[in-house]
Amino acid sequence: MSYITGVGLTSYGRHEGLTSLDLMSKAAELAIADAGLKRAEIDGILCGYSTVSPHIMLATVFAEHFGIRPAYAHAVQVGGATGLAMTMLAHQLVEAGVVKHVLVVGGENRLTGQSRDASILALAQVGHPDYEVPLGPTIPAYYGLVASRYMHEYGVTEADLAEFAVLMRSHALTHPGAQFREPITAADVLASKPVASPLKLLDCCPVSDGGAAFIVSREPTHAARVKVRGCAQAHTHQHVTAAPALSELGAEISIAKAREAAGLAISDVRYAAVYDSFTITLAMLLEDLGLAKRGEAAARVRAGYFGRTGEMPLNTHGGLLSYGHCGVGGAMAHLVETHLQMTGRAGNRQVRDASVALLHGDGGVLSSHVSMFLERV
Amino acid sequence: MPKLADWTTGVEAILYQSCASCGKPQYFRRGFCASCGATGLAEKRASGKGTVYATSVVMRAATPETRAHVPYNIVLVDTEEGFRMMAHGANDLAIGDRVSARFAEFAGRLVPYFEKVN
Repeated sequence: MSYITGVGLTSYGRHEGLTSLDLMSKAAELAIADAGLKRAEIDGILCGYSTVSPHIMLATVFAEHFGIRPAYAHAVQVGGATGLAMTMLAHQLVEAGVVKHVLVVGGENRLTGQSRDASILALAQVGHPDYEVPLGPTIPAYYGLVASRYMHEYGVTEADLAEFAVLMRSHALTHPGAQFREPITAADVLASKPVASPLKLLDCCPVSDGGAAFIVSREPTHAARVKVRGCAQAHTHQHVTAAPALSELGAEISIAKAREAAGLAISDVRYAAVYDSFTITLAMLLEDLGLAKRGEAAARVRAGYFGRTGEMPLNTHGGLLSYGHCGVGGAMAHLVETHLQMTGRAGNRQVRDASVALLHGDGGVLSSHVSMFLERV
Repeated sequence: MPKLADWTTGVEAILYQSCASCGKPQYFRRGFCASCGATGLAEKRASGKGTVYATSVVMRAATPETRAHVPYNIVLVDTEEGFRMMAHGANDLAIGDRVSARFAEFAGRLVPYFEKVN
């Protein structure tokens, strides 16, 4: 058994003058306080990476900086899936009795700590160094390739994809910490600057500064208990050139295993937190996970299905697309928001029922997947 | 047997490896077959013919060298020999187009560049 006992999240956007360690520390402090714990009670630390300040021992660097001497600490690197991969590991560590309270933390000054070009260049290195990177692809181009094929096979249009950007923005409008809080329309998305076809600027998540953290504990520390019900991973490839066919996607494998581990069905899910680095990522993952039929996710967005008052509220904080994306912390914000929803603390964003939540993260180019079910008990 | 060279080292060729044990072709060169683990793969030169699997025209590049080439089309091509590769292609290529490779200069490197054939 393991519980998410506390969460912490900074605003995303510009945090001029703050380092990755500063942002990690802010989020960690919030999460520890939220769990009602003291620093000294944290006996495990898992952290992600920072492209701005790379280090071979980031967890230890952070532990020293933050003033903790943990019994267990190391970094985890699974790209965008890192946050959920760390949560899965923390769950297993506390279940195995290795530690009692694991601090899971990510944070980076990715926006103000380096140029946007440097960010794009650093991230493009997930491509193959000999057979892909020399061709000058960017992360949007890798996902543009995926999008072109998915649209071709399932008849999804650019106007369909625009709906996901509009939905995430409409959610971000209600969160004071979101990077983008001006309303946009599908026409705005379609008219935004082309980046890598078929993706345009508003189909892409921004680069942000920010930090997120949570505590995974063996025993609950509050009456509002959020339990990790079951989780699973799948890793099908690293490079898009070596990706499997659309009929053997990693998300389908990981969700099937997670459903089995949790003993739950998609019909049990009341709230969804799904990785949305690009509009196509969200469209595909919703369909891979079974939250919409093939090619029909956009129609569900238009029908209000994924809205705050809809049947399956999705990323009510605004997701990567509008809350922001600071690297490892980016998708951790999805879990923070899920926890707030599950514990009835989401304020004006509160949904009716978030008793069972499905979270899904993706790293690389749909390469690494983590699916997780959380349950309010 | 001398190692063959391909575009990744500036030679106008697309190479792949072929496994004698399981028959799978593979594009990323390594000392064993990633499907079955067998060693002693045969290195072969590809015809440069194939079908477009996916495309993305890059409008926003990340370096001054690549920015000079914008817009450029990144394509995934399913080759006649049965492996998939990433390359450049004409900007008007569409999924399903039959294509053939030539080579072009890109940001100081030689890259495969696919064009439509009838």
